[in-house]
Amino acid sequence: MDAATLSVCTPELVLSLGALAVLLLGALFGPKATGALSLVSGAVLIGAAFAAALGPLGAPFHGAFVMDATARYSKLAIYIAAAVGVVLGYGWLRRSGQPKFEYPVLILLATLGMSMMVSAADLISLYISIELQSLALYVLAAFQRDDAKSSEAGLKYFVLGALSSGLLLYGASLIYGFAGSMRFSDIAAATHGGAHVGEIFGLIFLICGIAFKVSAAPFHMWTPDVYEGAPTPVVAFVAAAPKLAAMVLFARTLDQAFPGALPQWRGVVIILAVISFVVGGFGGLVQKDFKRLLAYSSIANIGYALLAIAAGTSMGIQAMLVFMVLYMIDVTGFFACLEALKRDGKPIVLISDLAGLKRERPGIALALTALSLSVLGMPPFSGFWGKYFVFMSALHVDGLWPYAIAGLLASVVAAFYYLRVIKLMWFDPAPAKVDRAPAEARWIGYACALFAFPVVVVALMWLTPAAEAASRSLGLH
Amino acid sequence: MTDHILSIVTFLPLVGAAAIIILRFLARADDAPVIERNAKWIALWTTLATLAVSIALVLNFNRADHTYQFVENYVWFAGAGYHMGVDGISILFVLLTAFLMPICIIASWNPIKQRVIEYLICFLVLETLVIGVFTSLDLFLFYIFFEGGLVPMFLIIGIWGGKNRVYAAYKFFLYTLLGSVLMLGAMLYMASTAGTTSIPALTAYKWDPTTQILLFIAFTASFAVKLPMWPVHTWLPDAHVEAPTAGSVILAGILLKLGGYGFIRFDLPMFPHASQVLTPVIFALSTIAIVYTSLVAFRQTDMKKLIAYSSVAHMGFVTMGIFAGNAQGMEGAIFQMLSHGVISGALFLCVGVVYDRMHTREIAFYGGLVNRMPWYAATFMVFTMANVGLPGTSGFIGEILSMVGAYHVSTWTVLFAASGVIFSAAYALTLYRRVAFGEITNPQLSAITDLDWREIVVFAPLIVGTLVLGVYPSLVFDVTHASADAVVQAYQSAIGAH
Repeated sequence: MDAATLSVCTPELVLSLGALAVLLLGALFGPKATGALSLVSGAVLIGAAFAAALGPLGAPFHGAFVMDATARYSKLAIYIAAAVGVVLGYGWLRRSGQPKFEYPVLILLATLGMSMMVSAADLISLYISIELQSLALYVLAAFQRDDAKSSEAGLKYFVLGALSSGLLLYGASLIYGFAGSMRFSDIAAATHGGAHVGEIFGLIFLICGIAFKVSAAPFHMWTPDVYEGAPTPVVAFVAAAPKLAAMVLFARTLDQAFPGALPQWRGVVIILAVISFVVGGFGGLVQKDFKRLLAYSSIANIGYALLAIAAGTSMGIQAMLVFMVLYMIDVTGFFACLEALKRDGKPIVLISDLAGLKRERPGIALALTALSLSVLGMPPFSGFWGKYFVFMSALHVDGLWPYAIAGLLASVVAAFYYLRVIKLMWFDPAPAKVDRAPAEARWIGYACALFAFPVVVVALMWLTPAAEAASRSLGLH
Repeated sequence: MTDHILSIVTFLPLVGAAAIIILRFLARADDAPVIERNAKWIALWTTLATLAVSIALVLNFNRADHTYQFVENYVWFAGAGYHMGVDGISILFVLLTAFLMPICIIASWNPIKQRVIEYLICFLVLETLVIGVFTSLDLFLFYIFFEGGLVPMFLIIGIWGGKNRVYAAYKFFLYTLLGSVLMLGAMLYMASTAGTTSIPALTAYKWDPTTQILLFIAFTASFAVKLPMWPVHTWLPDAHVEAPTAGSVILAGILLKLGGYGFIRFDLPMFPHASQVLTPVIFALSTIAIVYTSLVAFRQTDMKKLIAYSSVAHMGFVTMGIFAGNAQGMEGAIFQMLSHGVISGALFLCVGVVYDRMHTREIAFYGGLVNRMPWYAATFMVFTMANVGLPGTSGFIGEILSMVGAYHVSTWTVLFAASGVIFSAAYALTLYRRVAFGEITNPQLSAITDLDWREIVVFAPLIVGTLVLGVYPSLVFDVTHASADAVVQAYQSAIGAH
């Protein structure tokens, strides 16, 4: 192992050393240093982002770990999202009166896992990175351990996550057994010109396992419960960065290990996509809890991203990368706004608690309106452009247009519940006073809403070429 | 300035909205009445400035040229561009929008008392979006403006509307969205197949017949809801009844025209084969719209609902004229849309006048208004007659030309559609008789006051517009002729007719 090899994975080294250092310092100085340690964690993440942006590309460790344009693009987005997660989390910890220093450590470790997920090009590194990410996130979900709902969320997340890991491992072992290698490039060579039925079997298990992680229906059951129970800043993190990481992992596995089995896996991914946006659209209609609603919204949105992966083209990957980043920003904004809202010291839980927000907190109401319109897919907000790229890539592939139309129609169903949020905030009277909003959550919410429109208009001019360059690195046509 | 005049006319209202927001932040919070008064003046001056720019636009327009003028074209990112331009068809809709907006602001001056600032911002944003629909020449820019207009209108109906406003706002939004996503699907398909999003380039692209039919249906789904055509018109009466007066004016005066404009800009030139094949269907739906909704209008007890249904009937003439596919029909349809924009807007304002005073729109509540409100009765009379299509008013020209155009294609269609003219006379005159004539029987009406100066200012330009266009329609035809003719010529040669 030489310096050139190590320099490719500088971001990961920065993250792991940073996480260990923060853990050590936390053990030394205790909870009172949480503020300083959060700051250090933020610095670590920004340092990792710079390392990822400026560092070299390459595929060290015999190709088990890949740093290509896709990985770089995703890593940058993940690190920024994680930094936002640290800020939101610290604000929450301080207000809740129990500033545990483990929070930034766990975020760093989860980020390290995600960072490896987007670079994994080997079944072993795939599994290890997913587990590293997931274990940190299970703990984060149960972070408010005196709260029954949070503990329940952590437990559910863990049990179902463990099940999915089992499926994933089983699939990986089948693939290894039939293809004779762990490495994606070798598997691709083995499945070239048609995969063996055993490999297909393994692939299906693998897909099911990853589908759990991205919360694609019908493997979505944990999502609403975890979103509902886990602390809001944790959900703001869980709902954004891990989804991108898992989607990139999904795309890399399918496109780099199984390009030969495209006809087989395309059907499976399409089924996942269609079920996801149908479940997400219709399931959201009956929700009363705002976080559950957002969970269904995320299931629907994952469905759209899967449709882009199902295209199996470079354009599809570009669409997925743009879509996921735009969606991450929207969803972070949603949870930041939610974190900023309290009535009489109690967090807002039900959608109907948003009633009359326009009068009480016009800024946050406006931000939530922009974000709702964005996820609804209303032009010119960012969500529209995400969907635009996704459907465009799907329509470029013969035979995918009925699913694109189905997706468009499902987005009309989902429009109903986003409109309900807007309706409550703008049309209805307020039941009670809203407390003073914490600054950091509020400003993150505003920033995300401003990104949804109008910043996106400018951002697209560099986001789309970046995603295009990234998508080319996966070697599709 | 003429290089960017389209961007100016499109985004000027947005500047006004920004000015209002800045004013709101700079001013002290306890000065609410002062802020609101200033915001109203800002909105009024902005809309008047937009009107002035759009008049300058029309004056600088080369009428002999049928191509797009004042073109601005920049690449935004791969797959979408900022491409603007107007031809003889769209330029007058820009003018119509700019003309109606100041009227809406003045009409809302006193009636709107709550959340005035947000109300004005909604209207200014809506004006930008609507003008943008008419000036954009890029598929996705068009879609952004077309679809974006839903949001301010949703808020206008939902916040400042009547009792059942939430239901109406939802119905308006979801109905239109459902139609629009099908259009979006078609647009994405076109862009990915043809490799361009420029509307002029796509107009020149030849689609194979089967694809044409599918794309035509997808686009028509959107425009038919917007226009609206029977049987997807049911959102319109609800939206009109619940919307505040100025909201109804914009809805009937401009938003419905987006559908007709879409038919002219997309359906006919891009899918000539499908248009030809499906013309009988469109004719049948138009005829049903004209006859059926006229009869429905006859039965209404709510004034706004009656006018809403009459709008659907009048839009039936528009679709009939467009799909006649000849010069008379096309120009008649364009004229009918412009004239209906003025007339229906004015009729909703007429209802607004009595609604502001009595807070009811029930026809049975009124009667004998001519005794207390002679000026109002006269004004209402002018627009009722224009709505009926009396020669000398603008309503006549559009209807007669659409029918002449359609007569060349299908005698039967016109035979039935012409009965709509009789029906419209029946319901409009009945409405007028019951509201204006007779003795005042309802004691609550005994103190009702006539038009005040603000309302006279609102109605004067509308009356002038109706009558001038009625006696001198060349004002419109001079501008539209070259472009409308080019669309028709291209359509005729594409379907191989002579």
